[in-house]
Amino acid sequence: MELRFPEYDLGLLAPMLILVITGLVVLLADTFGRRRASGDRSFLAYLSLLGLLLTFYANSRLSGVVAAPFHGLLAIDAVAVFFNYVFLASSMLVVLMSISYGARHSMNVGEYYGLILFSTLGMMLMAAGGDLMTIFLGVEILSLNLYVLAGFLRGQARSNEAAMKYFLLGAFATGFLLYGISFLYGATGTTNLKAMGGFLKAAPAGNVSALLYVGMGLLIVGFGFKVTAVPFHMYTPDVYEGAPTSITAFLSAGPKAAGFAALVRVFSFALEGLHADWWGAFWLIAALTMTLGNILAIVQANIKRMLAYSSIAHAGYVLVALVASGGVGGAQRLGVSSVLFYTLAYTFFNLGAFAVVVAMGRGDRDQVGLADYAGLGYRRPWLALVMALFMVSLAGIPPTAGFVGKFVVFKSALNAGFVWLTIIAVLNSVVAVFYYLRVIVIMYMREPAAEMQAEAAGASFSGSLVIALILAVLGTLDLGLFPSRYLDLALRSVQALLG
Amino acid sequence: MMTDLLITIVKILVVFGVYLTMVAYLSLVERRVSAFIQDRRGPNRVGPFGLLQPLADGLKFMFKEDLIPHYVNRPVYLLAPLVALVPAFITMAVIPFGNTLPLFGRDIPLVIANVNIGFLYIFALTSMGVYGVVLAGWSSNSKYSLIGGLRASAQMISYELSLGLAAVGVLIVAGSLRLPDIVAAQSGLRWNFWMQPLGFIIFLIAVFAETNRLPFDLPEAEPELVGGYHTEYSSMKFAMFFMAEYANMLTASAVVVSLYLGGWQVPYLEQAGLPPLLLSLAQVLAFVLKVGVMLFFFVWVRWTLPRFRYDQLMRLGWKITLPLAILNIFYSGYLVVAKWV
Amino acid sequence: MDLSFLFFYLFAAVAVGAALVVVLNRNILHCAMALVLMFFAIAALFLMLGAEFIAAVQVLVYAGAIMVLFLFVILLIQIDRVQMLRFAHRQSPLVVIIAVLLLAELLYMIIRGTLGIAPGGADAAAAGAASGSTEAFGALLYTTYLFPFEVASVLLLAAMIGAILLARLDKEEVGGVSRQDMS
Repeated sequence: MELRFPEYDLGLLAPMLILVITGLVVLLADTFGRRRASGDRSFLAYLSLLGLLLTFYANSRLSGVVAAPFHGLLAIDAVAVFFNYVFLASSMLVVLMSISYGARHSMNVGEYYGLILFSTLGMMLMAAGGDLMTIFLGVEILSLNLYVLAGFLRGQARSNEAAMKYFLLGAFATGFLLYGISFLYGATGTTNLKAMGGFLKAAPAGNVSALLYVGMGLLIVGFGFKVTAVPFHMYTPDVYEGAPTSITAFLSAGPKAAGFAALVRVFSFALEGLHADWWGAFWLIAALTMTLGNILAIVQANIKRMLAYSSIAHAGYVLVALVASGGVGGAQRLGVSSVLFYTLAYTFFNLGAFAVVVAMGRGDRDQVGLADYAGLGYRRPWLALVMALFMVSLAGIPPTAGFVGKFVVFKSALNAGFVWLTIIAVLNSVVAVFYYLRVIVIMYMREPAAEMQAEAAGASFSGSLVIALILAVLGTLDLGLFPSRYLDLALRSVQALLG
Repeated sequence: MMTDLLITIVKILVVFGVYLTMVAYLSLVERRVSAFIQDRRGPNRVGPFGLLQPLADGLKFMFKEDLIPHYVNRPVYLLAPLVALVPAFITMAVIPFGNTLPLFGRDIPLVIANVNIGFLYIFALTSMGVYGVVLAGWSSNSKYSLIGGLRASAQMISYELSLGLAAVGVLIVAGSLRLPDIVAAQSGLRWNFWMQPLGFIIFLIAVFAETNRLPFDLPEAEPELVGGYHTEYSSMKFAMFFMAEYANMLTASAVVVSLYLGGWQVPYLEQAGLPPLLLSLAQVLAFVLKVGVMLFFFVWVRWTLPRFRYDQLMRLGWKITLPLAILNIFYSGYLVVAKWV
Repeated sequence: MDLSFLFFYLFAAVAVGAALVVVLNRNILHCAMALVLMFFAIAALFLMLGAEFIAAVQVLVYAGAIMVLFLFVILLIQIDRVQMLRFAHRQSPLVVIIAVLLLAELLYMIIRGTLGIAPGGADAAAAGAASGSTEAFGALLYTTYLFPFEVASVLLLAAMIGAILLARLDKEEVGGVSRQDMS
């Protein structure tokens, strides 16, 4: 039998290849570097950073490309490239904040950085999935790495619990996803997203198989788990609390963006023809997600748990944009581009907040109680200042990226005619202001406990953490003050796909 | 149609008649050969040269009291011996014991079932064999049995990888999963035994481990575990485990012969100008002889080598045979690319 | 007369029955054995569809490897304690209500909607022509689906690293004293 290998262009795969190679190099460098006596392994982190920067460069070379290599299994296009920027930004920030955190918890090992790099590959596959099979593989690569990363502190029961919960529920969600994919295949005869869209266009109106709806429902559950949408969010607080803080930061940014990337690919593009059938489900989920996330965030006394619920609420805002990404003319373009912009903006200020949480830790103890932040404004004024900035941005107050993100999301929702959903979202933003500002109030207006004051003297930053904080601040302010460039990029990315 | 069915039934009856007889006599062979190796006489009282000994053994097993301890998990306990025995039997169905037999104007293929996934069929069934041991170990509700079962499952999983990967080399060279094709590809002097000595050695080691034969018989190591997984079995049920061991050995020998020793092939015998019927029978005889040599090798090794320690066993499996088996795949690929085969 | 549909229903019934035993039986080992039986029934269904390779791999991988590992773990842990384990029944009424609602919804859709299965695309046709033979399967895997095939290696590597990482003992822990104990 004559076998013909598919034609492919390595340039299209360059970002993914560089990531995998870097991951392998980091693993091997650790193995062979272990012979040296020195315990410091932060060079592994810098190696990973180098790889991520190279990937960033390779990704930037792909702007303007629209290609579907490997028989359409991959879709390398502007949306994928945009999401890749989001993933790379989040991975880089996480690696930067991991160096000092990893040193404190003896986590600076090759496996840690290798798994982060591999999970970044999984995210890229989800964003560049031209086929449900590729997306599924991406989800699996991402999830497996995250399960392990969540349990990386093997000596801590909380970390074990986080990994266990995440794994059990995640495996269950994967089952839903796979089941949904098989239903979609049965109903349309293909797993290729483009072919699926074509099939739906060709199908007589209102006469699609009921299996399609079952499949869509299962996919919503599967992806809903990934983006921590209510009611599939149950694991979030426990996992976010138990996982190492740097990994909690990672979980809240990149993988969520990847989940939205997959949702956009499947629902906003391939199943766009069925928008009338799926927006209802997302409407309800978005409203629930925002409301529950914000209300439960109010009562948290642990900053990691609070940020976990806050990340649920933010997932709700992105879902609002997703609801609006179809239906009336132009809505698809506006809705998807606001998903893109929001995930990018959220990556910066959310990771910034987590970087502050990392900076608060001392020794092998993380200070994660809200009370630990009392008087921070006097003990460590700079740290408190950036934390205040991130809180303002999370609350969506100008002139920060959070404000612009919310603004474009609400605008796209109004544009598509979802007035009530917009009202719910606005009300939620008002509720959210309360608990974000409370952190600022605690930092500046409450006296710290006596022993805290004594500790203040020994405060120190590691250089890499400072860089991470500066990058996050710059991102937050840049996207807040000069958003037009990024909004343009997002709009053009979607436009390139719609042709 | 009816004739084909009849031929198949006759083939099944003949093969399994011979097979079961060989299994029975293997126990005698083992005892005689071990006696020979240890400079003893071995059983020689029942019939001439002790040839009726297997019959006497069978009768003894049948008339022994069938004890079922009250603490066992009954359904699983009863199921386990069957599970141990059956896979070895039905694996024989896909093994070709000769080329074709010209008889009454027909060419009868000398294999019961020529299925196109024959090789995978063998592996699927081999992997079932472990269930008999594990279930026996668990259902007996005794610590010796349990440890035996645990050891067996760990050992068989570990060596199944080497077994499969070593055999991939054979598949690459033959380009087919059908056993008759694999045998046919070893015509002349191109036995895989010569072509892939590394693969052969790994396969052989893995086969010893899969059949739980010494030096890999830790699941039933009598100094530590009484009888291992079959400690709590008696009478016919014990006999079934006993038979399963020899049946596995016989099947494994047949597989090794088919994959590496040219199956029924005798180098250049086709060119000797024998009448077709005689040629065919000579080839069947060659197959049986080769299997016999393999069986003797099994017995010989058992009474020569000491038992492994458990960590040595695992280290050998994962750190030595597995990487070498992967290396062998590259080597086989090279054989094909360089057109040596 | 085509008897194949009879066999289909036979194997399908065995598969469903075994799956029910897996869910309902309280003895974890019986559940595992029922699952093995189910894998065989599914393999038989694959055989009837002409997909011999998938049938063999189904038995080889699921029944022959994964379930053996399951049994291995069952042997290692104390079975009596596992049998005692019960799920909290606090949520039962709610679960039942939701399940009934979902079932009703599903039935409604099945009755009202069309349950059409779309004909497969080009690759399905290609696979059908060769009727699931090993060769056709391999050819598809190395041409059309080369990319997922290669990417799966990253998945397996990551899984392997994760498993080793979580399960291995540190050098300090081998002696029975963990690093945490000492500090």
